[in-house]
Amino acid sequence: MTNPAETRITADITENAVMLYMKGNALMPQCGFSARVVSILNHMKVPFKTANVLEDPVLREGIKQFSNWPTVPQLYVKGEFIGGCDIVSEMFQSGELATLLTEKEIPHE
Amino acid sequence: MAMTAADIEAYIREAFPDAKIQIEDLVGDGEHWSASVESTAFAGRSRVQQHQMVYAAFKGHVGGALHALALQTSAPKT
Repeated sequence: MTNPAETRITADITENAVMLYMKGNALMPQCGFSARVVSILNHMKVPFKTANVLEDPVLREGIKQFSNWPTVPQLYVKGEFIGGCDIVSEMFQSGELATLLTEKEIPHE
Repeated sequence: MAMTAADIEAYIREAFPDAKIQIEDLVGDGEHWSASVESTAFAGRSRVQQHQMVYAAFKGHVGGALHALALQTSAPKT
């Protein structure tokens, strides 16, 4: 099954060290789970780019197919799919997220 | 149509017969759930893979009838 959004997603996650596919945008998240990931990234002062899947139905379906993950938000670090809200929250609380960002040489607090 | 806790448990139980399962309705609307699942099937798998295995058990319902399912997965401590 071809994925019309694949080229764009591949470019996004390659060109942006931290890429977040979400509902809404960083200033106006439109879903509690998306807002949680944004607040974690802001708290850690991590520079990140977002894409609003609510504005692009092709992207909304394409991102789920790309990662074999049925929901949004989806966080990518250096092209690698990290997880959705629950995994990112768990990693933040355990310190794993900070370790990962350090390993990937991404500035954070 | 929203899902019930029994529906969610049935899907998980079918894919992970040995699982210890705890389900919580996060918002009370039957659409935002959290589930913790402990099963030997997760041993040696990354957290993302474990969650993908659970999502697969729902045969496409997650993101549809089931708006959101926050997961906590683990393998039993040996």
